[in-house]
Amino acid sequence: MLEISAKIKEYFLKRNMVISIIFVLLCLAPLFLSDFRINLLGKFVAFAILALGIDLIWGYTGILSLGHGVFFGLGAYCMAMYLKLESSAGKMPDFMSWSGLETMPWFWKPFASAPFAITMAILIPVLLAMIVGCLTFRNRIRGVYFTILTQALSIIFVVLFIGQQAYTGGTNGITNFKTIFGFSLSDPATKLVLYYTAVVLLLAAYVFCKMIIDRRIGRVLVAIRDGENRIRFSGYNPTAYKVFVYAISAGLAGLAGAVYVPQVGIISPAEMGVVPSIEIVSWVAIGGRGTLTGAIIGAVLVNSLKSVVSESFPDIWSYFIGITFIVIVICMPSGLVGVYRQIKEVWRSSLLLKQREAAVKH
Amino acid sequence: MIIKYAKKFKGIAGIVAIALTMSLFLVGCGAEKTGGTNGETPSATNTGDTIKVGILHSLSGTMAISEVSVKDAEMMAIEEINASGGVLGKKIEPIVEDGASDWPKFAEKAKKLLQNDQVATVFGCWTSASRKAVLPVFEENNGLLWYPVQYEGMEASPNIFYTGAAPNQQIVPAVEWLLENKSKKFFLLGSDYVFPRTANKIIKAQLAAMGGELIAEEYTPLGHTDYSTVINKIKSTKPDVVFNTLNGDSNVAFFKQLKDAGISAQDLTTLSVSVAEEEIRGIGAENMKGHLVSWNYYQTTDTPENKEFVEKYKEKYGADRVTDDPIEAAYIQVYLWAEAVEKAGSTDVDKVKEAAKGLEFKAPEGLVKIEGENQHLWKPVRIGEVQEDGLIKEIWSTKEAVKPDPYLKSYDWAKGLSN
Repeated sequence: MLEISAKIKEYFLKRNMVISIIFVLLCLAPLFLSDFRINLLGKFVAFAILALGIDLIWGYTGILSLGHGVFFGLGAYCMAMYLKLESSAGKMPDFMSWSGLETMPWFWKPFASAPFAITMAILIPVLLAMIVGCLTFRNRIRGVYFTILTQALSIIFVVLFIGQQAYTGGTNGITNFKTIFGFSLSDPATKLVLYYTAVVLLLAAYVFCKMIIDRRIGRVLVAIRDGENRIRFSGYNPTAYKVFVYAISAGLAGLAGAVYVPQVGIISPAEMGVVPSIEIVSWVAIGGRGTLTGAIIGAVLVNSLKSVVSESFPDIWSYFIGITFIVIVICMPSGLVGVYRQIKEVWRSSLLLKQREAAVKH
Repeated sequence: MIIKYAKKFKGIAGIVAIALTMSLFLVGCGAEKTGGTNGETPSATNTGDTIKVGILHSLSGTMAISEVSVKDAEMMAIEEINASGGVLGKKIEPIVEDGASDWPKFAEKAKKLLQNDQVATVFGCWTSASRKAVLPVFEENNGLLWYPVQYEGMEASPNIFYTGAAPNQQIVPAVEWLLENKSKKFFLLGSDYVFPRTANKIIKAQLAAMGGELIAEEYTPLGHTDYSTVINKIKSTKPDVVFNTLNGDSNVAFFKQLKDAGISAQDLTTLSVSVAEEEIRGIGAENMKGHLVSWNYYQTTDTPENKEFVEKYKEKYGADRVTDDPIEAAYIQVYLWAEAVEKAGSTDVDKVKEAAKGLEFKAPEGLVKIEGENQHLWKPVRIGEVQEDGLIKEIWSTKEAVKPDPYLKSYDWAKGLSN
């Protein structure tokens, strides 16, 4: 009995202290924050799931994707299609009729089912990433060229979604949802359930990512980052691993999108664009790339900061945010988690020094 | 030594940056707390010394160029009302939020204003997309939004007052006027989003009913700047009129390239519904001289109220600034709300809505009245021609204010458009 409790202590307090604290705080947040803030925090938790995906591919595998907004957007649109169909009670959504459609397009119809929509929210991004990944990684397109390709992907999707107004709602996006699984979205209880669902899914995503990186496959991913050719010479085929990690991170992004939409109440093509995609990467950079905790902290902290600063200084907030980004990236190249580790290191070594000094005196 | 020092400095700077971030976060939480206590008393807006109102426009991003001046007009109206004693004996306290030209951000900030700040009303939005994004938020929280821009109609939320033109106060009379005074062959050109699409749907029905002829219908993405293909198409199809529902930067490119192609206002009539004095400053008066527009108000509109309004606006924000239709609508909607509150004796949304019905106001554009049935404004319609100095000369106007009809119910040809 004692052994188990000691093990638990060891596991949660020593090895995973920071992440345990984060999840405890997230679970307790509704006690301290107003409904509005909890709703915002729920959105940031969705962003944290997205950041975990980016961290897997960029932080661990060293592949920079600046088009993850697309996967996030696809997941969000799948969920939004379900919510829109539910709120329009089986009839054709309003934007279709004002865009000149007479009947509902066939591919919208199955999205009336929630399980289908949620499955698609993850499956479509995964499939798209697998296709794009196979085409690029097999041809050994990497580094900057891959990054440019992902940017192009994001531009293509934004233009496509704006252009196909009758099917996607155009620039407006999809909005005006009323219920989810029959529960009113404006009900505070529904909102709380949505928030906790987001937190639980974040935890699941974290555990999932941790499982990947703690296994041999995780080491292969890091090895791809640090020396892809060596991996190839050692008899591994990096292509398969890269496609795998790209698809996983796209799936996480899709999941994040599906969690985001019911809480925010709107998805528009702008969220798939290049700028939001770059922002995602910046959260991970600020939190600390190559650490899962860093990705979560980065996403939640940067977005909280953005909200708070834009409320206090609506005229100049974007400059302020920009300067903070620059300062953090220049002064803390390894992110917040990196600095935390540095401090811990300094503290530990000073402790050691004291012990040694004490030993010498004796 | 230097390297060592630099390393040390790096660490310190990092800690400072963290401390900065953390303190900001805490400040935010602190601000949160006060917001929370407000939340416990639902009538907080009535109990303090001030009445809080929200102002929600894009102060950054692509729409900032239009929306900042609209915000300025609202702030000016609030200052004026405060200077003359405020509302219900209390000062109005504006809380400004930036929608950043991003629709989900508009929804977030609307939630913040209604739930956290408990504002009595919000003045805001420009694009239809931003209005559609905040609409569910206002309906869910029973908030009140005053929306100052002309739009495509087919909407009448019980929680929104529309102080810009409905289609029957801008587009429909403009098409009618063109059919009577110009000619029958129409070329429809617009940006690819809900306003131009819906506007053109209305125009097509109207043309079919009134004996007009549709030559072509072209859409370009928002922000599109290459109009050579469109202009070639105009050249080859030879329409009498180009009805222009382009928005934003695209207008600059279109009119400049039209002029470069050697087509002037004498050769081709164009009528725009999203180009006002503010936009003409960006396009360049020389590129737009002689082209037509349709609005409810121009800076040159000849009323004593307008003279005073233009003078005050220029005095406050600079002689180089111009006033235009959305700026005027933004200005008067603050007054309309204030009068409705005075009449209701309360800032309660339902009471204010009830009191606002039939409210009249001597606006710079002339006498306007709130239509209780759909919460739009009775407004006069004016067709104008762009002058060399960038201002607009009125060449035709309705004698009286026109009744708003967002669903075009009073037009036989518009049946079947609104579902």
